[in-house]
Amino acid sequence: MVAAPVMEASSLRVRDVSKTFPLPDDPATRRSALESISLSLAAGELVSLVGPSGCGKSTLLRLIAGLDAPDAGELLVGAEPITGPNAERGLVFQDPNLFPWLTVRRNIEAGLVARHVLHEKRPEVEEFMRLVGLESFADAYPHHLSGGMAQRVALARALINHPKVLLLDEPLGALDAFTRMRMQDEVLRLWQARGTTMLLVTHDIDEAIYMSDRIVIMTQRPGKIERTIPVNLARPRDRSSAEFLQLRGEILELLHFAGSKVETA
Amino acid sequence: MLQEARPRVPEVEQEWSGEAPRKAPPGSIASSLRTWLPVTAATASCLTAHWLVSTTEPAPETRSYFVFLWSVLGVSLVLAFVQIGWPSLRRWMREMGPIFAAALLILCAWELITSGLRLLPLPYFPGPAGVFQSLINDRALLFDSTWHSLILLLSGYALGVVAGLISGICIGWSSPVRYWGMPILKVVGPIPATAWIPLAMVVSPSAIISAASLIALAVWFPVTMLTASGISNTRASYLDVARTLGAGRGYLIFRVAIPAALPSIFIGLFMGLGASFLTLVVAETVGVKSGLGWYVSWAQGWAEYGKVFAALVIMAAFFSTIMTLLFKVRDRVLVWQKGVIKW
Repeated sequence: MVAAPVMEASSLRVRDVSKTFPLPDDPATRRSALESISLSLAAGELVSLVGPSGCGKSTLLRLIAGLDAPDAGELLVGAEPITGPNAERGLVFQDPNLFPWLTVRRNIEAGLVARHVLHEKRPEVEEFMRLVGLESFADAYPHHLSGGMAQRVALARALINHPKVLLLDEPLGALDAFTRMRMQDEVLRLWQARGTTMLLVTHDIDEAIYMSDRIVIMTQRPGKIERTIPVNLARPRDRSSAEFLQLRGEILELLHFAGSKVETA
Repeated sequence: MLQEARPRVPEVEQEWSGEAPRKAPPGSIASSLRTWLPVTAATASCLTAHWLVSTTEPAPETRSYFVFLWSVLGVSLVLAFVQIGWPSLRRWMREMGPIFAAALLILCAWELITSGLRLLPLPYFPGPAGVFQSLINDRALLFDSTWHSLILLLSGYALGVVAGLISGICIGWSSPVRYWGMPILKVVGPIPATAWIPLAMVVSPSAIISAASLIALAVWFPVTMLTASGISNTRASYLDVARTLGAGRGYLIFRVAIPAALPSIFIGLFMGLGASFLTLVVAETVGVKSGLGWYVSWAQGWAEYGKVFAALVIMAAFFSTIMTLLFKVRDRVLVWQKGVIKW
């Protein structure tokens, strides 16, 4: 299934993590965003986080990225506790957030420049531009790129640091349906080529089933893990196979979106 | 586009003999006239006006303006022929012709109103010929004044920009600096730099140094303000992305916050440049004994209004050249931005 990946991945463990935020109009009271979340990913695993908006998926991702600190609980990459942002945990947002003042090439190089290793690793820049198929756009500025191309640059920019864990916060959410399906294959290809542990936040149940090894379903207010569903389908997956559709039905039911058919049943 | 247009020209000329096309196509007589006639005709009317007016004035006062107008006419006629075989020149002439023609017509109207009909009181409003003559007669002093103004402006502006960038970046990035710095900026900044002149003349050892510091102060305020707001408005997600890419503080400030703030910083640089022109002229008028501002008040003291206008013409050219240069730098630096205003 995974053809001899470059094993640079690491396991990820989230143990009893809670996070509260002050209310915007009443800073004295705090609202719970995450309540004792526990989750663990094996090295090289691709897990999706699915849930309604406001269930704390993005908050959890920011905690793992080290951009925010939890109120309680611990987060570990391998055996190392997470204390702050680090190049070993890459993060790709829904908005590609490319630096508009840098060309495609310079955007991809950004992580190398930030870590002061551009000089030794310059050959990798070409490699990653080829990996996402953007060699011919090396000198273009981000505002010339389409949404899908920009997101590919964002992926290459995150991957060039060889992160042990790649966090994806609805990375394909802003793309049209066809571009999104193409990009799902692209992300899967990158995952199989590099063997990176990936945690994917998504609204799209089809995307979660199509891509992940496991699907973690969260509920909102406060954010909690409702259920974890393993996806035991062979890759590459068929979006219209009976097993696929059956799994889809089960998840929709869990999220109470299955509709009247289930109610009467 | 060019190669496309060229072979079409003969066809169009054949058509011309038959039915008249509604819009003049390239290469037609009407189109050719539109390219060069406006400027040539405007120059001719200037010459006519000047010839009519100059009969009442002494010859040496009017001769150099004649020479000037004849040279403009000559150049416009030469260009009218050269553009036939030079499409890019033709496009430029089409683009700029009406503006040049309008400028020449304004000269013509000015001459008629002042020297011709004497509608405005003399000696306060000399005609263009008199101003042109003053420009030529006093060229050495004017050049010297411009040079002094340039040195003073550049030193004051550079000082103000450096100080403004440093304080703006500190205030924009660090909240303690913002807490203590913002009130100072809010209280001191809005005072026009020229209001400090009495104090500056007492404190500073030389008029030049005090003038340069006043220009720097005038530049410092808008540059600091716009730099600080640009830095503090850096999109948080750019900083988050950079942090997850392994960026330290130096990268976050110099490679994320400052580039992200550049559009705002340039607005500050433009506002500062405008303020520096004003402060320069006032400081030269009041304290410094050189430069264009001084020249204007000196010429006014001798009631030589031709020289006053000549200095104003130089100032217009001087300041707009500097402004244009700053726009060029901005366009270079901000190529990545969409839809920047053209100067």
